[in-house]
Amino acid sequence: MARGIRDKVAIIGMGCSKFGERWDANAEDLMVEAFNEALTDAGIEKRQIEAAWFGTAFDRVHVGASALPLSTTLRLSSIPVTRVENMCATGTEALRGATYAVASGACDIALALGVEKLKDTGYGGLPAGSRGPLPDLWVPNGSAPGNFAQLATAYSAKHGVSAQDLKEAIGHVSWKSHQNGAKNAKAHLQKAVPMETILNAPMIAEPLGLFDCCGVSDGSACAIVTTPDIAKGLGKHDIVTIKALQLCLSDGVESAFNTWDGSHFATTRVAAKKAYEEAGIKNPREELSMIEVHDCFSVTELVTMEDLYISAEGQAVKDVMDGFYDADGPVPCQIDGGLKCFGHPIGASGLRMVYEVYLQLLGRAGPRQLKNPNFGLTHNLGGAPHQNVSAISVIGRYS
Amino acid sequence: MAGITSFGAYIPRLRLNRASIAAAHKWAMPGLRALAKGERAMCNWDEDAITMAVEAARDCLTDRPREDIDGVYFASTTLPFLDRQNAGVIAAALNLGHGISSLDVAGSQRAGTSALIAALRGASEGETLLAAADARKARPASASEMQFGHGAAALTVGSQNEIAVLRGSHTVTTDFVDHFRGEGQDFDYGWEERWVREEGYSKIVPQAIKAVLDKTGVPASGIARFVMPCTMKGIPDKIAKDFGIPAAAVADTLGEVCGDTGAAHALLMLVAALETAAPGDLILVASFGQGADAILLEVTDAITALSKRQGVSGALARGRREDDYMKFLSFQDNVRLDWGMRGEMDNKTALTSEYRNKDMVTGFTGGKCTVCGTVQFPRGHYCVNPNCQALDSQEPYSFADSPARVMSFTADWLSYNPSPPFFYGQVQFETGGRVLMGFTDTDAGQIEVGSGLKMMFRIKDFDKDRGYRRYFWKAAPLSTGKEA
Repeated sequence: MARGIRDKVAIIGMGCSKFGERWDANAEDLMVEAFNEALTDAGIEKRQIEAAWFGTAFDRVHVGASALPLSTTLRLSSIPVTRVENMCATGTEALRGATYAVASGACDIALALGVEKLKDTGYGGLPAGSRGPLPDLWVPNGSAPGNFAQLATAYSAKHGVSAQDLKEAIGHVSWKSHQNGAKNAKAHLQKAVPMETILNAPMIAEPLGLFDCCGVSDGSACAIVTTPDIAKGLGKHDIVTIKALQLCLSDGVESAFNTWDGSHFATTRVAAKKAYEEAGIKNPREELSMIEVHDCFSVTELVTMEDLYISAEGQAVKDVMDGFYDADGPVPCQIDGGLKCFGHPIGASGLRMVYEVYLQLLGRAGPRQLKNPNFGLTHNLGGAPHQNVSAISVIGRYS
Repeated sequence: MAGITSFGAYIPRLRLNRASIAAAHKWAMPGLRALAKGERAMCNWDEDAITMAVEAARDCLTDRPREDIDGVYFASTTLPFLDRQNAGVIAAALNLGHGISSLDVAGSQRAGTSALIAALRGASEGETLLAAADARKARPASASEMQFGHGAAALTVGSQNEIAVLRGSHTVTTDFVDHFRGEGQDFDYGWEERWVREEGYSKIVPQAIKAVLDKTGVPASGIARFVMPCTMKGIPDKIAKDFGIPAAAVADTLGEVCGDTGAAHALLMLVAALETAAPGDLILVASFGQGADAILLEVTDAITALSKRQGVSGALARGRREDDYMKFLSFQDNVRLDWGMRGEMDNKTALTSEYRNKDMVTGFTGGKCTVCGTVQFPRGHYCVNPNCQALDSQEPYSFADSPARVMSFTADWLSYNPSPPFFYGQVQFETGGRVLMGFTDTDAGQIEVGSGLKMMFRIKDFDKDRGYRRYFWKAAPLSTGKEA
């Protein structure tokens, strides 16, 4: 393996807008809200930013194509700005672009910003639209919950977990995130919800009920990155660095060959192994202080626990029900409420996850602050179980 | 000799309980109750004359090599396309290849029998696949709404291995307008039933029958089966009696269990007759529509060797009673529900892409790697087997008739679907290969992981703005789901 990205790049400023149904805001307003927080946090001038990566997924429903919406909104003068899109993993892609630019020495300070303005579509859920001239001819016009719900049938069949036990476990996943989201002033949904309400909610895509699905939100998040040395030169003492940044995409094997069983994410397993190796983590269950995973749906979070090698295969239901991932458990997951409650503005979500780890590592997470976190992992997923993009980062203190 | 060489049938799974129609209209048309007996077949939202014809044709081609077919005739008065050859879609769905003739036959309730006569006349030229299907709409609260059914029949016609040979035929053509459906009209407009019965059926059909009996010299008493569609009770029996055709020979019109399937119905009833026919049986088919066709067939010994198929009896057995009249109205587009903004999606089809990919999409053709044998969909440049990945190694491989099972699925209430919830999931083919597919003819509780599936040709999306529709294959449970 190449030497990797570990400790080569420091995060010196982060920002995140209030997520939610931002009827008051255009995408541009959300971008400025996140950027100003990050710029103040970094303590630099805007003109010190030498390159920028802009992440947005459903460009047609808000900002339009290209990176121009970022360069013009922030008046980024005469620097390269690149738009990236990799479905729901777009936010992490923006961070990867900025991080690699700094690590390569191509620039000293770079910006990664993700944004999504979804609540101008006029309906709930993600925007529906053409998938392209060929897929439109044969791919079922299903929804995101419908695609992810299939994990549940396949997982139950593989591990012999009854539909009822699985429903309760995924219900606990959402219950826990609502508990956590209630302590996050920037979260879209800030209300704890009783288990009974979760289990009896209207069905969206069987077995996923309303509370098994994350919020569709407006929001923006961003990061300003540089090298640890430059960070020190800027007077930073408590430095947070990127320990690993891995991306794995499906090659079509899951959807068209006969080996995948439909109950897990093949990509996440590969990306996780590589990320642990890059970060120097031997035992994730013991070493990770917190994780922010892509809980677009409760069942996604449940199977991801196994794909990240934190729960043993077939044991996620037990770990979840034991409270292993609760706020007071050994590895708190979604301490900020996750996609479920913080919200899921697609292009921003990967950066929002990193934002929470960053706040926790710096002791700035307020009422939801964890005790002495050391390593935080983010897992940002795009697509569907049978064909997807899986992005994992490990963030920690610089030593 | 010219004759029929095989047969098949298709009737949609949903059978609307006629009592539900009468109940809905009771406030305005209490008299409809008199017609409210039994069930009528209704298309699912994703079925039309083309999809039904494809299914009947597949049934007809059971154990028959597709290479045998030299031409396709398609008879219907509800052709989904006025200008785009509908028979061509059927040929593509059946992977019949390019070197065949094709023809749509329309315009009359006897389109099916007239097409059969034409095919029989050309039997020495090659083997013709004749499919007939109709999915007629009826105005709510009309008698037609009660009487019509949706369905399809298919025959192959040739001059070798005939299961029934042509003894003779006769056609009478007269512009008797008992009903009509003009350009741009959804519904028939019909004249008084008593006039149609007395001046139409009772006078015109016998002319054709008499001519064919005279031509062939066959005594009416020798007819084993008299096939004549008619929604008016007693007419076929009266005509049979007048000629001296035995009363027991008069075929059931399937009114109670299916309804009248329009241009397909004479052939559907003929298929039902062939299913139980014995060598030597004489079958007389008569059909009415701006004149009449009469066809006399004699069943041969070869019928005993015909391989088992679904036929009319199998299609009837697959039925599931539907009591929801509003669902029927919505599927017929006779009422517009508010499906919300998700239902507004633009389903414009790139015709270029559809043409390039017609084998894949219409013919459900994937690939089989010639290096490692892996079956896969879609067919790609690189083999999907991670241990192979051979480049451009795949030969065409059809999935349409491959047995398959549910690998994972969901019932989705969020996506727009004209019959929610939308069932879809990963379908694992037993020969290898898997495809994320929409399911059809599926009820809650009917499937689980591992359930058996068969492939059916269906409408994928409607483009109502432009009057287009696109077709693809869907997975249907092998179980009928009656217990659900």
